[in-house]
Amino acid sequence: MTTLAEAPSANKPDYKARARSDRTTIYLLLLPALLPIVVLSVIPLMRGIYLGFTDARAGRNVDTNFTGVENYRELMNDDLFWSAFRIGLVWAFAVTILQFVLAFGLALLLSQPLKFRGFARVMALVPWAMPPVIVGIMWRLVYHPDAGLLNEVLYRGGAEGLQHNWLGDFSTALPAVIMVGVWSGMPQTTIVLLAGLSGVPRELHEAAAVDGATAWQRFRSVTVPSLMPVIVAITSLDFIWNFNSFGLVYVLTAGGPGGRTMLPMLFAYEEAFRYGNYGYAAALGNVMVVIIVALLAVYLRRRLREANA
Amino acid sequence: MKASRTARAFQYVALLVYMVFLGFPLVWMLSTSFKPPREMVEIHPTLIPHNPTLDNYVEAFTEQELGRAALNSLQVSLASAVLTVLIALPAAYALARFKTKLGTAALGWVLLSQLFPFVLLVIPLFLILRQVDLVNTHAGLILVYVVWALPFALWMLQGFVRNIPRELEEAAAVDGATRLQVLRRVVAPLLAPGVVATSLFAFISAWNEFFFALVLLKSPDLATLPVTLARFVGVEGIARLGPLAAGSLMATIPSLIFFAFLQRRLTSGSLAGAVKG
Repeated sequence: MTTLAEAPSANKPDYKARARSDRTTIYLLLLPALLPIVVLSVIPLMRGIYLGFTDARAGRNVDTNFTGVENYRELMNDDLFWSAFRIGLVWAFAVTILQFVLAFGLALLLSQPLKFRGFARVMALVPWAMPPVIVGIMWRLVYHPDAGLLNEVLYRGGAEGLQHNWLGDFSTALPAVIMVGVWSGMPQTTIVLLAGLSGVPRELHEAAAVDGATAWQRFRSVTVPSLMPVIVAITSLDFIWNFNSFGLVYVLTAGGPGGRTMLPMLFAYEEAFRYGNYGYAAALGNVMVVIIVALLAVYLRRRLREANA
Repeated sequence: MKASRTARAFQYVALLVYMVFLGFPLVWMLSTSFKPPREMVEIHPTLIPHNPTLDNYVEAFTEQELGRAALNSLQVSLASAVLTVLIALPAAYALARFKTKLGTAALGWVLLSQLFPFVLLVIPLFLILRQVDLVNTHAGLILVYVVWALPFALWMLQGFVRNIPRELEEAAAVDGATRLQVLRRVVAPLLAPGVVATSLFAFISAWNEFFFALVLLKSPDLATLPVTLARFVGVEGIARLGPLAAGSLMATIPSLIFFAFLQRRLTSGSLAGAVKG
């Protein structure tokens, strides 16, 4: 059943007894961690998936019935769902792509022998060190129509006409929250890319330089290909995290104005905990999992094909 | 390879732009936190307050709700951190030293569970906790946080265990110590730095967490700091921005300490990866 990686005293006669007692010990050691994970993570998730096929509602004495695909039929006809879904896709793609481009640039800079590099590396971590709720509060201060930094900078720069109620305007709310999303997720992406960059073999660069390749050519034909696995991994993870993100936008706009920043998770939260439609909210969660898996499958397959081509 | 002078200059400019982008919101919040209410309503706010004041900090500190929320957060985060490490330590040891199918399954689950949005988890958790009367209690929230932090804590700790030379343990075993004795007398002392890092991680993820706390705690008396601060945002008048900024900055201090502590490891890439943002 269990395979032991090591046999500490393989040539001793009591090896078998020792191995058996080892196995018991292993299970005793693992049990306290596995039990809570099963009870409070595996089982709830299974139940959550199942709830998506029921009419479960809030309240202690409400019957829950299996309704099959009824929730999904309802979702298809729900304009609010489609709107949240569209906004969620725009948000997730925009944040992931911008995050990647900006983080890649920063990682490349940080891998250069520049002065102040140590300081810059610490600064690059700042957004990560801040709780999402605080990031939201902080950016509200930046975007504040009267006391905010952004409008004041525009005024001083003579671009008064560009002043906005950034989070309150229909047209600027989504771009404004996307900017915050990019800001708050940059450190993770930067650090992973930086770690990847340090693994690119120096000799490859030098060989290419000797052959007369320009910096841009080296970047395209040496750096990017050897980073590809890292790039695929971090952009996939970023996309999942962004698509499922909640706290930041909840604090920034709570989905407003007029639902312009209503991400799928905010929509699901409202359905579940404002209106008590547990089954419906869980169904939405299921749809999101399916979409994420489908998008990732397409993405990973294309990358795989490119890698083999 | 040497970059040309213009290329170098361009790199410094780009780096400066990045630093401004990453740093300016924090600087602005810092500035806001030192402004008296009068300066908040000025038509053209300034970066450096005319009459800097500590009133906002005093107010945020003595504000009853914020003080209570900070205590709640402290209590929940400390309990989560201690419990997480107590549970994760033996399991991490087993994962690092033996290859078991259970261990592989557990790590696979960690990766798989990243795919699922929180709604799918939080509704059933809410129902389960309600059955055992743990909704709207700190105990229930702590349980959730422990489970939430466990996967990464396991992964982190088993890395630390791997760094302890196996020969040390074998020597103790040859001297007749049982596995548990080896664990307690040989492994535990050497693991101290790992334990500190892991408990800090568990503390911070509980301290910063918002969604579960929002859903699972209903009474304002029990609310944690992020939830209370988020509630302030909803009702704030412009004059209340100062204390809000001050309170937010104080709530960030624990994570700043954590990141200062781990900074070197993070930027060198050895811990990059699985920390969920």
